[in-house]
Amino acid sequence: MRRRVVPYFLLGPGAAWLLLFFVVPLYYLFELSLNSGVFGSYEFSWHWANYNDALSLYDTQFVRSFKYAGLATVFALLLAYPLAYTIAFKAGRWRNVLLFAVVAPFFTTYLIRTLAWETILSDQSPVVSVLDAVGLAPEGRALATGGAVVAGLTYNFLPFMVLPIYASLERIDVRLIEAGKDLYASASQTFFRVTLPLSAPGVVAGTLLTFIPASGDYVNAQFLGSASNQMIGNVIQSLYLKQSDYPAAAALSFVLMAAILILVLIYIRFAGSEALMGEEAV
Amino acid sequence: MGGRGGGPWRWLREHAVQIVAVLVVLYMLIPIAVIFAFSFNDPAGRYNFTWVGFTLDHWSNAFGIPELNEALVTSLKLAVLATLISTVIGTLMAMALVRYEFFGRRAANFLIVIPMATPEIVMGSALLSFFLLIGTFSLGFETLLIAHVMFCISFVVVVVRSRLIGFDRNLEEAAKDLGASPFQTFRLVTLPLIMPGIFGGAMLAFALSIDDFVISNFNSGTTVTFPLYIFGAAQRGIPVEVNVIAMILFFFTCAAMGFATWQQRRAEKLTSVRPEQEVGVGAGVPAGAPAAT
Repeated sequence: MRRRVVPYFLLGPGAAWLLLFFVVPLYYLFELSLNSGVFGSYEFSWHWANYNDALSLYDTQFVRSFKYAGLATVFALLLAYPLAYTIAFKAGRWRNVLLFAVVAPFFTTYLIRTLAWETILSDQSPVVSVLDAVGLAPEGRALATGGAVVAGLTYNFLPFMVLPIYASLERIDVRLIEAGKDLYASASQTFFRVTLPLSAPGVVAGTLLTFIPASGDYVNAQFLGSASNQMIGNVIQSLYLKQSDYPAAAALSFVLMAAILILVLIYIRFAGSEALMGEEAV
Repeated sequence: MGGRGGGPWRWLREHAVQIVAVLVVLYMLIPIAVIFAFSFNDPAGRYNFTWVGFTLDHWSNAFGIPELNEALVTSLKLAVLATLISTVIGTLMAMALVRYEFFGRRAANFLIVIPMATPEIVMGSALLSFFLLIGTFSLGFETLLIAHVMFCISFVVVVVRSRLIGFDRNLEEAAKDLGASPFQTFRLVTLPLIMPGIFGGAMLAFALSIDDFVISNFNSGTTVTFPLYIFGAAQRGIPVEVNVIAMILFFFTCAAMGFATWQQRRAEKLTSVRPEQEVGVGAGVPAGAPAAT
């Protein structure tokens, strides 16, 4: 019925931009990772050894990145779920105020927010004395520790966890929850057998949206961590922009992408794919 | 609101979820309060980390640091251009995806989702590799613009698409029946109705662009944006004016957000002028229920 070319015409400019400046660069990243030589005269030579060298030199940072990102994701989930639940079911006329509070951090620059945590966690801060008192800040220090980096990551990506969970909770037909109660399920049974499974797509989307950016982040480790809390992002940034060791940096970057892709695919296999492809299913 | 018969423990147990939620909200807002408070600080040295005393000097001197102003102007220019380009391109893509069935639709969807699921550092380093190896672009404003449009497109598509999905095509049919040309229908019916979606997408693009650090860090050359200025200044001590400008941007964004919400409400009112109550609402849907899901 409709002219066949119209959709391609509409799609054209955007698809071209994404192909040229997202897909093609990934190929160049791969090509650069197989270069050899010294700065100024890198040459393409199928130099697979770059991968071996990069991985054996920086395996600790890789493992640490996934550990920090994983911890931040778990903490974000634990904090986000009660908040999303409250906004969806309990907030009443406060709903918009709470939603505003969730997105408000986005209105201040990411770097400044992270620097604010540097202030909050600095040695003279009252927060640190409290943490010290409850045994969470050994020797009265919170800054420049792994805990500070994880806290920063948790904070910075929390809205990405809250919003998808809220969206999936809000979509739940309240009658299903009422039915659970009518059938004599206790409050916790209703939650674990009705509400939680129905909000699973939001949880899956939220964990991905938190874990993926967190594992590649280097701002939090830079400002809130010390030299022994460096993540793989710090290594890649420094190899690219300070040491100009492009092939090694490209190899690490490529491995990071592949590792995340594999983790995400495994995760989706267990958790179901609606969350990632959900938007298309509508 | 004391607990009936159960005492405070019972009240705590019944409201545990809400209490946690309030604490989480505080956790989210504390850094903003700190940024605001420290914009009035009068630090002794170069580091604005400890509270010394209250002053309004930095608010009255907000635009008194030339390099900071320059970085801010660069960021604003970049964000405006990236927003314009990505909003137009993204809206067209969203229209194609929602309104047409065509070969390659799944591939197009995939192409849009995948940049959102890629860590910024990979996108940044891939683009840098691309620019280094092909050598036709010199790193600077141009490459920043290319990068920013690239990562904004997907988000615009997602926001505009969600608006188009809830769109009632009957309204367009009605316009056509009343003798409107396709262009008139688009301009007078379609566009006003999806405008909140487009505006929302544009706002998101603007926010992403002006806040971007990682991808810009890789592709800026010697050009300095607002986040890059902060990163550079962090080593030698950040001037208090940065906090002031951050708060100005914050209040400005809040205002824009308020405007967007107001526009959305208006559009919802426009769509609800349909005689829904008379047409097959027998299924028990209350008249005031939102039409879109």
